[in-house]
Order: sequence, then C-alpha cells, then structure tokens
Amino acid sequence: MSATIAKSASIYSRAGSLASERRWALWIAYISLIFAAVIFLAPPVYMFMTSLKTSAEIANMTGSPWGVTSPTLDNYQVLLTNATFLRFFLNSAIITVCVVVITMVISILAAFALARMRFWGSQFLATGVFLTYLVPDTLLFIPLYQIVGGLGLLNSIWGLILVYPTLTVPFCTWIMIGYFASIPKELDEAALIDGATWPQMLIKIFIPVAMPGIIAATIFAFTVSWAAFVYPTAFVTTPENMPLTIGVVSQLVRADTYAWGQIMAGALLAALPPVILYAFLMDYYIAGLTAGATKG
Amino acid sequence: MADGTIAAPRAPDFAGQRANSLQRFSRRRSTIAFLMTLPLLAVVVGLIAYPAAYGIYLSLLNRRMTEFAGLLNYEILFDSDTFWNVAWQSCIFAITAVLAKALIGFWLAHMLHDIPAKGQRKWRGMLLIPWVIPPALSTLGWWWMFDPTYSSINYVLSIFAIPAVSWLGEPNWARTAVIIVNVWYGAPFFMIMYLAALKSVPEQLYEAAAIDGASSWQRLRFVTLPMMANIISITVLFSLIVTFANYDIVRVLTNGGPRDLTHVFASYAFQVGILSGNIPRGAAVSLFMLPLLAICAFFVLRGVTRRNKEQM
Repeated sequence: MSATIAKSASIYSRAGSLASERRWALWIAYISLIFAAVIFLAPPVYMFMTSLKTSAEIANMTGSPWGVTSPTLDNYQVLLTNATFLRFFLNSAIITVCVVVITMVISILAAFALARMRFWGSQFLATGVFLTYLVPDTLLFIPLYQIVGGLGLLNSIWGLILVYPTLTVPFCTWIMIGYFASIPKELDEAALIDGATWPQMLIKIFIPVAMPGIIAATIFAFTVSWAAFVYPTAFVTTPENMPLTIGVVSQLVRADTYAWGQIMAGALLAALPPVILYAFLMDYYIAGLTAGATKG
Repeated sequence: MADGTIAAPRAPDFAGQRANSLQRFSRRRSTIAFLMTLPLLAVVVGLIAYPAAYGIYLSLLNRRMTEFAGLLNYEILFDSDTFWNVAWQSCIFAITAVLAKALIGFWLAHMLHDIPAKGQRKWRGMLLIPWVIPPALSTLGWWWMFDPTYSSINYVLSIFAIPAVSWLGEPNWARTAVIIVNVWYGAPFFMIMYLAALKSVPEQLYEAAAIDGASSWQRLRFVTLPMMANIISITVLFSLIVTFANYDIVRVLTNGGPRDLTHVFASYAFQVGILSGNIPRGAAVSLFMLPLLAICAFFVLRGVTRRNKEQM
C-alpha cells in the first residue's frame, strides 16, 4: 500500500514513470483481452472446425482436434438439402417474425400510453411490467403447458407464438417507456397545439424520434424468440413443428451414432441469424442490452 | 376601452368552452390510453399472472389432477434426497456462476476501458459473441468439447501435461462444467453493463482524485465502485434470477446426470412435470424458485427506482 502511494506521489516528480505506468496498464489490458478473446471464441471456432470435418477425420485421434486437414462442406450440404432441417428453419422464421410484430405493436402502444398519458394506475402498471420481466420462463412452463394443452395448441407453432410474448413484451415495453420518456415534452405540446390527435402524435412524432429504441427492442425480441428453448422443448415433440433450437438439439443428436460434424454445422447455421443481425447492428444491440438498467 | 368591453363578455365564454373540451379531452385521453395498454394487460394477466396463480393451484393437486391433495406434493419433495440435492445444486450453481461472471465482467470492462478508444469497439464486438449465440446451441459445442473420448479441452490440457478430466462423468466435474459454460455465456453481459457504467463516471472525479494523490486502488475503491454500486447490484441480482432459473445449459450439457446430481430446479421440474408426466409435482418443484426470485426482484426494483430518481 505504501509502495503504491509512494509510486503515485513520484508521478508528479517524474513524468517518465507516469508514461511507464500507462504502458504497463496497456500491456496488462491487452494481455487480458487477448486471453479472454481466445477463451470466448474457442467454442464457436472449434464448432466451425468440427463442422468442416468428415466423420472419419473426427474419429481419427492422431493430431490436434483443433485443426482440420481436409476441409469439406459436406455437412452443410447435407443439412441444407435435408427437408426436416429446412422445416426447422422455416418454423423458427415464422414464429420469430410473428412474435416480433406482435411484441412491437403491443409494447409501442402500451409504452406510449404509459410514458405520456398518465391515467389511473399507470405508474403501478409500469412497475408491474418490470416485475413480470423478472419472472423466468422456467417458472411458468408447467402451468402454460396445461393452458396451451387445453387450447389444443401443443405440437403447433401457434402455441409457441401465443406464449413467446411472455418473454419479449415486458422488456420491450420497459425499454420503450424509457425511450419515449426521454423525448422532450415540448414536442408533443407543439403537436397538440397544431391539433394532432394522440394516434397521430404516436405515428408522426414518437415512432420516428424513438427509432433507435425501436430497433433495439426489435433486435431483443428477435434474438429472444429465436433462442427460446424452454417453451418449445416442453410444448413441441413432433419434428415438423419444431423450431431450430430444439430441432437441432433433439433431432440431430438423436441419430444412432453422433454425427458430430453435422450437429456442429446445424448449430452454427441455427446461430447464424442472430449473429448476422448482431454483426450489422451491434451498436443498437448493445444500446438495447444496457437500456434496461441505464435508461428505464 | 372598446376592445375591452367587447373582449370581456367573450372571455368567460371562451374559458368555459375550453374547460369543457379539456374535460372531454382528458376523458377521451384516458380511454385511449386504456385501450392502448389493453393488449399489454392481456399478456401480463393472461400469460404471466394467471399461469403463475394456476401453477400454485396445480401444485396442490394429486398426481392424476383429479382431486385436491393439499401440501402432499411439497411433503413428498421435502422427504426426497434428490430434491434436496437439486436445491443445493441450484444455489451453489447460481451463486458461484454469478460471482465468477461479475468478477470476470468487471475485470474485462476495466481492461476495455483502459485501451485506446478507437480499438474498444472491435474488442467489445468480439468479446460479446458468446452472449449472442443462442445458449442451447453454443452448449452443444461445449458438450462436444467435453466429450469423454474426443475432448478437445483435454487435448489442450495434455499439452501442459495435465491428466485428462472426465468432464461430464464425475459429478463434481460435471457441476464445474455447467458453471464454466454458464460463466462463458454470461460474463460478456456483465462486461457490457459495467463498461457502460464505467463510461458514465464523470472524468472530473478521477482528475480530482489524482490531484489528491489517490493511488489506482484508491481511485477504484473510492470513486469507481461507489459510482457503479447501483448498476453492479442490479446486474448481479438480475443475473442471479436468470442463472437460478437456468434450464438450457443443464438440459443440453448433462441432462441432469450423472445420477441426477447436476439437476437445477428448472431441469428437475421439467423432468418430473413434463417427462414423467407428474404435472402437480413438477409445478411444486418450479415454485420453489419463487421465494428467492421474489427477494431478488424486490431489490432489483428498488435499485432501478433509485437509479431513476438519481437521473431525474
């Protein structure tokens, strides 16, 4: 402790030691980051390497498992011509598009009302929305299994479309409330004076101004419904109605001998849409992620 | 004068009209607002509040759901060793994983903050990738890395002359494996949250601390940590909820094995409720998550409200 104080005191006497301390900090930072990046990226890289191998090469224990000697795209080709796998993809796409649209309509309408139109119980409802966001899906899936079963929607993508909003709506509403609340009140006063009705105000002012928030919420809804796992695992057992996550996990793994190359290729293909979205819209993605705690 | 007399009788007329229309306006406003929140209410009440209450009711039924069994399901669970293992494992898993995620996230956020600003975006983008891949799918990759025969992790360990580990066969190693995967998946989230919080600490505070001759440890202890305290507690509690209720990693990696020793509440509830078809007991198992979740939720909410007040 005294050493560090002495060191920092000497900063003012010698400019050189400040520079060297900076350099050290930078070195430590880069070493930590490289180390973390290697560990964080190892699983996806290894999955990719495996997906390029034939079963024979995977079974061959000589040499490093991390390399690949004769890369082939066979695994991808087999999957992309496999009707069941394409069916998973289609199911995931239909479910995700429907859920994103439903979520955004519900949460934009509700967030606008909660952020701008104070009415009896609005504060209470806003808090309630946040609380429901904290209710995990694993607490609800058994009663929902009964409810969805009662509606005759087990083994159907419509059952999933019905329950997925429980995962997305609370958080999207919450961050949209934050974004709408940050729009200056003068803007809607001006609109009211110009004789705009509430729906006009929402469509012509709030939606365009809060576009970054809407994009962030949309990305959130997309990734969550694409990655949802508990509900489809519980509600869907027939392959033709499975979305990708459970399809890859249950159907590709179920084969008699594990076709590791194919499983990894399937997992990577299934993970591709959220990763691509992230690659292009990283800033919005991160804004949405941090908005929950910093904005709202 | 003439203007005044003309204007005077008209003024109250105007005001009266305006008050009237204002009243009508506000009445219409709250009606519109109510209609706009109706879909949200439908989701919150119909798909979250009602199922939660229904879950409590289900847990009080007998196995065939024909009659009321009182607390029988809970009594049976309290008597079973497996259940206590599950409870114990859930707590250890959640606490260890969240602590590790928070520490790693904190460290990486600091390191990211230290490097020149123009490189930060690239590193941040790369380090967030584990969080972006759907966990069920990335866990498949980990499962393959932990494979008993072809484990690529054991290959790396053998380079450093460390004997092979039976990752998913030994109970304790299997528990460690589940925690490793969860930390790998969740640490980037903490990193991003803490980085955002670090960036929001005003630079003047550090300048003032530097003038007072504070060491880097003192700056961390007396400037950074107090400024970040709220966001740290919110993320930790939030992550505690999510980790405690985690299902996909356990399901894909170990499926509860070996000998049901890595089950957490969620995966055990799934096995009992859906796979073995004992819906009431499964509901009872998952309801055990409720007390801890309620406590965490209370504190998260308090932290968030406090934060909102600070920002206003």
